[in-house]
Amino acid sequence: MEKLKRLGGQTVEFTSFPTVIGYAAVVGPKEAEGPLGKWFTETEEDPMLGQESWEKAESALFAKAVNSCLKKSKLTPESVNFIVAGDLLNQCTASSFGLRDLGVPYLGIYGACSTMAEGLSVSAMLVDGGYAGHVIATAGSHFCSAEKQYRFPLEYGGQRPPGAQWTVTGCGAVSLGYGGNIKITHATTGRIADMGVKDANNMGAAMAPAFVSTLLAHFQDTGKTPKDYDLIVSGDLGSIGHALAVELLKKEGVTLGDNYKDCGMLIFDSQTQDTHAGGSGCGCSASVLCGYLLPQMETKKINRLLFVATGALLSPTTTLQGESIPSIAHAVSFETL
Amino acid sequence: MQKKEYGKMVKKQTPDSPTWKNMLWAFFVGGAICTLGQLLNTFFEGRGMEAELVPAAVSISLIFLSILLTSFDVYDGIAKHAGAGTIVPITGFANAVASPAIEFKTEGYILGVGAKMFTVAGPVITYGVVSSVLAGIVYYLFLM
Repeated sequence: MEKLKRLGGQTVEFTSFPTVIGYAAVVGPKEAEGPLGKWFTETEEDPMLGQESWEKAESALFAKAVNSCLKKSKLTPESVNFIVAGDLLNQCTASSFGLRDLGVPYLGIYGACSTMAEGLSVSAMLVDGGYAGHVIATAGSHFCSAEKQYRFPLEYGGQRPPGAQWTVTGCGAVSLGYGGNIKITHATTGRIADMGVKDANNMGAAMAPAFVSTLLAHFQDTGKTPKDYDLIVSGDLGSIGHALAVELLKKEGVTLGDNYKDCGMLIFDSQTQDTHAGGSGCGCSASVLCGYLLPQMETKKINRLLFVATGALLSPTTTLQGESIPSIAHAVSFETL
Repeated sequence: MQKKEYGKMVKKQTPDSPTWKNMLWAFFVGGAICTLGQLLNTFFEGRGMEAELVPAAVSISLIFLSILLTSFDVYDGIAKHAGAGTIVPITGFANAVASPAIEFKTEGYILGVGAKMFTVAGPVITYGVVSSVLAGIVYYLFLM
């Protein structure tokens, strides 16, 4: 039997180095007005995307992002062996309904806001294992459908607490295969962490321990240190989770400097866009990765990236039942060739 | 690290809601809604409406205005600042009924609008009725 392609307890080492072939990010109007607005592949002026419901609008985001990714990758749906997709809606409706006409073998996944990293890990394993020539990983979310499912109707007059985050309307898609300029070297699969945070309006605080756990596991398994990366990004910890993560890591003897950023803090200007602690949702890390970070790698402004998407695995029911929030983070390591 | 210790860290990092600012907003916006109610009251009385009908006419007018502002995407914008100032008056109740009705229209008029209309305001009705019954019992036993 072949030697396992593993390092330590949680990390997969890719020996054939799957690469990024193409990518696309489609976002809504608020994201387009944010600091990264000019980077996204496509921006939509209409949050409904011309559809009749928020769920259909989110599905349309997936279809647009994946079609744009196929185009940029110069791939046809027939040449893609798997699409690994997920979103925040019950039964992963946005991804499955949005991609039902695509005709690509489909694997639906759920990792809350960590879905993009989960999808990328699985996709890279499929390519590295020799089970696929091309795989697309995609994840997305929509502010309005998320509000409807997790919180209150849009027009309801309530106040958001300062720790609340703003679900990103956006979808990112990446195609993997061989022959690209950015390789995936490692994927560290997170363990579920729960430090007893019950406040669904403070998900950054709930997710920070998961981010820390996965990051420490990644460094331990690979022997790398924060200095080995030009940039380490967490998915959507927001300003509170970001600060907590830095503090927790410091206690563990790991100091993160200016090379640690958070996608949730990058995508919105919290001062002018009223997004409180920052952006969140599957679409947050997915659209920042596919719209902003991968283009930076393409032009070699970033050469070594550790992408750690974070997810709060709660549901409205568990929140009502007073449960604490189990959280997850998965890390994917990118390097330019 | 223990959960308790982390809980303290979280509390330290999480900013508190701006209570004084929220209370001032609530006081002025809530007060403005009540003043509007009083103005409507004076208006209806001045037009010669029967005294018994005036309170109902004022409530209906405020509910109408609240739903109108809700449907034009204005009410939640005011409520974002006003907080309890827009939730507590009858306008807040109207908004709590109208907003899910708008949101769940895509699920149809029976199981969407009809069933979901009271998802936010339902508890107010339930416990409003319960409190009325309790108040009625107290009144019957001690004040009759």
